[in-house]
Amino acid sequence: MFTIFKTLLIRDLTLAMRRKTDVLSALFFFIIVISLFPLGAGIDKAVLQKIAPDIVWVAALLASMLALERLFSSDYEDGTLEQMLISSQPLTVIVLAKVFAHWLLTGLPLVLIAPLVGLQYHLDNHAILIMVLSILLGTPILSLLGAIGAALTLGLRGGGILIAVLILPLYIPILIYGSGAVSASMMQGESQAYLLLLGAFLLLSLIFTPWATAAALRISSE
Amino acid sequence: MKINWFKYSAPSTFYPLTHKLVPVFAGLAFLLIMGGLYWGFFQTPDLLTDQKQYYRILYVHVGAAWMSMWLYAVLVFWALIGLIFNTRLAYMLAAATAPTGAIFTFLTLWTGAFWGKTSWGTYWDWDPRMTTELILLFLYIGYMALQSAIDDSRRSDRASALLATVGLVLIPIIFWSVNCPDPNQCAALHQQSSMSQVEGNIRIAWLVTALGFWMFAFMVILMRVKNIILQREQHTTWVKRLICSNEGQQ
Amino acid sequence: MSISEFFSMGGFGYYVWMSMGMALLLMLGEVFVLKSQRKGLIKQIKRTIRREKTRL
Repeated sequence: MFTIFKTLLIRDLTLAMRRKTDVLSALFFFIIVISLFPLGAGIDKAVLQKIAPDIVWVAALLASMLALERLFSSDYEDGTLEQMLISSQPLTVIVLAKVFAHWLLTGLPLVLIAPLVGLQYHLDNHAILIMVLSILLGTPILSLLGAIGAALTLGLRGGGILIAVLILPLYIPILIYGSGAVSASMMQGESQAYLLLLGAFLLLSLIFTPWATAAALRISSE
Repeated sequence: MKINWFKYSAPSTFYPLTHKLVPVFAGLAFLLIMGGLYWGFFQTPDLLTDQKQYYRILYVHVGAAWMSMWLYAVLVFWALIGLIFNTRLAYMLAAATAPTGAIFTFLTLWTGAFWGKTSWGTYWDWDPRMTTELILLFLYIGYMALQSAIDDSRRSDRASALLATVGLVLIPIIFWSVNCPDPNQCAALHQQSSMSQVEGNIRIAWLVTALGFWMFAFMVILMRVKNIILQREQHTTWVKRLICSNEGQQ
Repeated sequence: MSISEFFSMGGFGYYVWMSMGMALLLMLGEVFVLKSQRKGLIKQIKRTIRREKTRL
């Protein structure tokens, strides 16, 4: 069971490395969206600090959403997914491996770039640390939940925009507590409770979403 | 006495049943809504003086809000029945429930906006209950979007049923997060039900109207199920025989 | 209570009747849409039946 996880993970990462634009576009989308806001909202330092957590989180939501469409679609088109479905390996493990690879390629870069964003918005070091932690805990949840939407809309025309309609409402708690953690850390509040909640959500979604995604894949590829 | 519940799980036997039930629910809905509104408008003049006339918005607002939430539960119930027993009719009922639920959710937001304007001075505020209702509308829209995006009815039924179930699991978390965005202060935030503080006549009016809305929901959901059955089974012989025999009146 | 007094709702007529009006509009509209949808379906099914008969 662990071998299949590792094999799939390495396979997905190798495949992604051959098409670097797919990986980088999510990251650049994140950076561009975040850099656009000061142009629109003004460059007043206090305003930027105030809106930074929400903008970073909304941008992270949209960036991970954009990348979701391709999570299963290339495997679906070339028939690999069908092989995975009829293989004797547990589908939840396969799903988990694919989602983890997806997160490494689209979520982790956001975590790494977040300090830079913090500097753009004049956040102090503590707030930047909390922001990195919250994104580190939050983006895997986005990938895990989003996988359900990606599996449900598999092979549909206009799947990308449909995923957004299905999944964005479900992202609300992560948005609230993710940006809440950063806001609290800036206003001398206690942000530990937020991070603990995000951690709890991460564990719950690790347990339940692969199962739902596997069910959705079976429905979609019948 | 043993009732064969599964007898009515086939669309061909369910269809004549709905045909008998629709007028019943239509009558009940009409009577109850009219009765409730009559009571609310004409039996409460002393309570609702000129400054408080806007209370009458609540006669439709409360019922619509209850129905908007209740219908999502009904939707998920049928979706789960469909997923477990794999009955087509359950999926059809779930699909038929969603638009009515969305309409009641919209009505709740609409009447709530006017209520808010009169009592708080603003059409919209990011109050937890209003945000909750807005998110509920998004969930209904997501369900219907997925349902209509998939051409194959078997796949669309099952996929949207799964989505509704996932939505139900997440709803408590979503609503809770909207209710208390700051986990450090959650204990302080409790929404009290205002039901018991309301004067008796007003309460009667909105309970009866809400009951009427429920009957209305039964009626339109059954009407929509009939349409869905006709649409999906239009190539079967029983539908053709039905249409031929009754000149389309049945 | 006169009729105009009733409709003015103590100055809140606009709000009350906008709410009631939307409720009425949506509920009647839903029933109407469903009925016309049903008529269209029945017409369509009849057409296919007729086409099948002529073909035979």
